[in-house]
Amino acid sequence: MVRRLALVLTAHIDGILLAFIGMLVGIGVAVLYSASGESFPRLSGQLVNLAVAFAVMWLAAKIPPNNLMRIALPAYLFGSLLLIGVALFGDITNGARRWLDLGVVRIQPSELMKIAVPMMLAWYFHRYEGGLQIRHYAIATAVLLVPVVLILRQPDLGTALLIAASGFYVLFLAGLSWRIIGGLALAGIAAAPVIWNLMHDYQRRRVLTLLDPTQDPLGAGYHTIQSTIAVGSGGLAGKGWLNGTQTHLDFLPERTTDFIFAVFSEEFGLIGNILLLVLFLAVIGRGMVITANAPTTFARLLAGAITLGFFTYAFVNMGMVSGILPVVGVPLPLISYGGTSLVTICLGFGILMSIQTHRKLVQT
Amino acid sequence: MSGAEIRNLPHEIHVFRGRLLVASIFVTLLFLVLLGRFVHLQVVEHAHYDTLAQSNRIAIAPIVPNRGLILDRNGVELAHSFSAYTLEITPAKTGNLEALIDELATVVDIAPRDRKRFRKLLDESRNFESLPIRSRLTDEEVARFSVNRYRFPGVEIKARLFRHYPHRDLTAHIVGYIGRINNKDLDALEASDQLANYRGTDHIGKMGLEQSYERRLHGTTGFERVEVDAGGRAVRTLSRTPPISGDNLVLSLDLKLQEVAWQAFGDRRGALVALDPSNGAVLAFVSKPGFDPNLFVDGIDSQSWDALNKSPDRPMTNRALQGQYPPGSTFKPFMALAGLALGKRTPQFAINDVGFFTLPGLSHQYRDWKRSGHGIVDMHRSIVVSCDTYYYGLAVDLGVDAIHDYSKQFGFGAKTGIDLPGEMSGILPTQAWKMRRHKQKWFVGDTIAVGIGQGYNISTPLQVAHATAVLAADGKVFRPQMVSHIRDTQQGTLKAAPNELVRTVAIDPDHLRRVRAAMVDVMRPGGTAVQAGAGALYAIAGKTGTSQVIAIKQGETYDERRVQERHRDHAWFMAFAPAENPTIALVVLVENGGHGSSAAAPIARQVLDYWLLGKHPDGTQPKLNAANDQESN
Repeated sequence: MVRRLALVLTAHIDGILLAFIGMLVGIGVAVLYSASGESFPRLSGQLVNLAVAFAVMWLAAKIPPNNLMRIALPAYLFGSLLLIGVALFGDITNGARRWLDLGVVRIQPSELMKIAVPMMLAWYFHRYEGGLQIRHYAIATAVLLVPVVLILRQPDLGTALLIAASGFYVLFLAGLSWRIIGGLALAGIAAAPVIWNLMHDYQRRRVLTLLDPTQDPLGAGYHTIQSTIAVGSGGLAGKGWLNGTQTHLDFLPERTTDFIFAVFSEEFGLIGNILLLVLFLAVIGRGMVITANAPTTFARLLAGAITLGFFTYAFVNMGMVSGILPVVGVPLPLISYGGTSLVTICLGFGILMSIQTHRKLVQT
Repeated sequence: MSGAEIRNLPHEIHVFRGRLLVASIFVTLLFLVLLGRFVHLQVVEHAHYDTLAQSNRIAIAPIVPNRGLILDRNGVELAHSFSAYTLEITPAKTGNLEALIDELATVVDIAPRDRKRFRKLLDESRNFESLPIRSRLTDEEVARFSVNRYRFPGVEIKARLFRHYPHRDLTAHIVGYIGRINNKDLDALEASDQLANYRGTDHIGKMGLEQSYERRLHGTTGFERVEVDAGGRAVRTLSRTPPISGDNLVLSLDLKLQEVAWQAFGDRRGALVALDPSNGAVLAFVSKPGFDPNLFVDGIDSQSWDALNKSPDRPMTNRALQGQYPPGSTFKPFMALAGLALGKRTPQFAINDVGFFTLPGLSHQYRDWKRSGHGIVDMHRSIVVSCDTYYYGLAVDLGVDAIHDYSKQFGFGAKTGIDLPGEMSGILPTQAWKMRRHKQKWFVGDTIAVGIGQGYNISTPLQVAHATAVLAADGKVFRPQMVSHIRDTQQGTLKAAPNELVRTVAIDPDHLRRVRAAMVDVMRPGGTAVQAGAGALYAIAGKTGTSQVIAIKQGETYDERRVQERHRDHAWFMAFAPAENPTIALVVLVENGGHGSSAAAPIARQVLDYWLLGKHPDGTQPKLNAANDQESN
């Protein structure tokens, strides 16, 4: 009886991936405890978020990839409709239209699109596998651009870039020609001055702030200055858990959410950072293995995009905190406080697990 | 196709494996970049950052800039700031708030109103803020509190800048007010990346010019690097970047003219907008009743708030900007121009008005305001006596869509774009509009109502004033503007705010001359506003109007005495003067005033006399003519 129950519970869970995720989550909870000023309400809030996210992961792992493939197009269309709905009737929070109030619940469709877009593209390439031509890539690019542009207009630059990146990964893995990638890169460099002219003043200021944070010591520059000090003063071994002065003397802003990595870095030093990088690499590596073993084009492309998307989150956040990327609102996956992004990330891991554990069923 | 099917596509799998390898290299490289950065920060530069963290007793304190002034065209202050002491409580640092406030009340005066206001602030505030319990402490109170300070941890005296509006309700609907920054404002500031600039600022424009020119009035926050001791107290200043004061706004508004207009209304409700037709500058802008904006600056108490909100007079509504009324007969000059321009009427074409209009083959009578009719009426006379029957026929001949397309050019049915927030756009209907909005077909009867400025046709007083100015300026459409100059207080430079010529309506000079001539005769014997025009030392071009509040049934007459005051018609009057070379164009609306000629036109006359002759009205209450048969519809 107990054994059967255990079997049902663990049937589609990938143990290796779960182990690495568990370690990261453990570190996250410990850091959050320190970052929040040893606040139990904050901690229990995050535990609730984790419970929900793990439940979502567990459920997603049970859904066979074939079923996912069936809902790819509807999910994409539904998400795009919601995004259009947001553009027309969305609630304005933080001055941007991101939320849609459906009476009972308020939802943020852009979050849904983080999974729906790569799913849709993976489905598309799967459908035309064996006969891919330039026009397929062109259509896929259009499919990608619709939600990206809608999200850009909300405006939510961070999410739009992340979704654009995850869509690009699908295109890349599906074999988009190097010549086109090179051409796009060159065009991007050539367009830089034009984009600079089109940017809002505050966006330019963000870029300039990255080059010289002291320009804007009260605003975005303040974040960068303080987080860099936190990381740098951590040294080789760190100041020890609960002992970060930057953290506990209130110098670090947003230290439980987007800047939690600065807290970790200050308290655990370079050694801690290397451990964290290794754990992130382990999760990504496991994702790559699942990707490489995936039996269908759909599963391969989706798994690859999810894995590389996870990498992008981690890289952008750590790059921002350590002062090599501009300040954009991207949380550190599995570590930062907050429910929404955690659920999306775990949904992605659930899909990875599903792809891994349904593999044999497919082959028989 | 089946997703479960495994295809043998060695080439694609080969490509995919290759790509996956490239991706893995990419991931590894970027993680190595991160690692390099960490090594750089935590090993190479560690000593440097460690010193910074050690001496991160350096706090950055914002220095709040002075908020810009708002001045009328003659330099009279309409909004200014002054510094005063406030007593502030940081709720997070105190225990029982009620007990604390009770005890504070033994040292300084704390009225029940102050307590209520504090409660409201507390509900709206962020956690670790200090909130004012009392503002404008006297020197004596400051001294008394300082002696007793040790008894009140978490309570502090702070010097703060306050905003004052010396002219209260007279300019409330223009200047607006500032209020404490709430969570919604914070969100908006964050979204526009202004949060840093508002560190230390606790008030923000909430209404009127204070809101629309918030960025310019606020200025740029300076900052000071101070060394703090372990307790967070500043020990010495290391460097200082001074703040940049906000800009002063100089309005085209003439406060004395505003006062004359305000007084002329007496205690009636309504709106008046006076514009300079040569550039769209606002000379007077009245919405009555007003309110005292000073109530909002420190946070309004719930009692005063309820009083303002529940008053049937709706003092918080900016009638000139947001009140939407049928324009009534003030719409007729534009109809006449449309008729001439589109070739549906010649100046000579005349009708015999027997007191009503019928559509061919139908018995329904569309009545003129004058039951007996006006007799022979050509275009000139149709304006002078405000003949409804003439315009019923013209409206039918034009059709609603042509009326829309023509009068749209004068700004009806769209926001004028004035530099005040919250403007309403009115409605200039079309057939498609009714289908969209009411899911109903358009009827000819609807067109007939629109032709005399009734029915679906609604406008704000500002829109009608704007259209009047276009008539006065030979078709030039300027965006109405409150602010004429912006003074950079840092540089001391005065920069003119540009007057924007939106478009020019092509009006045949002959048509325009005829309509204006008719409007001049409105003010002369035989015209609907003869009393208001009597004895004027300059020529006025005017037009009266009356807009219905309740519908009158077929066969029923409108009896002013029997109708309740709130259901009485709204009175309109539009004018520009001197007629041959106008320097002012204005519109008066008196809510439930009855007739345009008796209620609205005399107010306009007082304003014109003051503006053109410098004549102050004798006595504050203008003489009112009893109802007479020289009224307009």
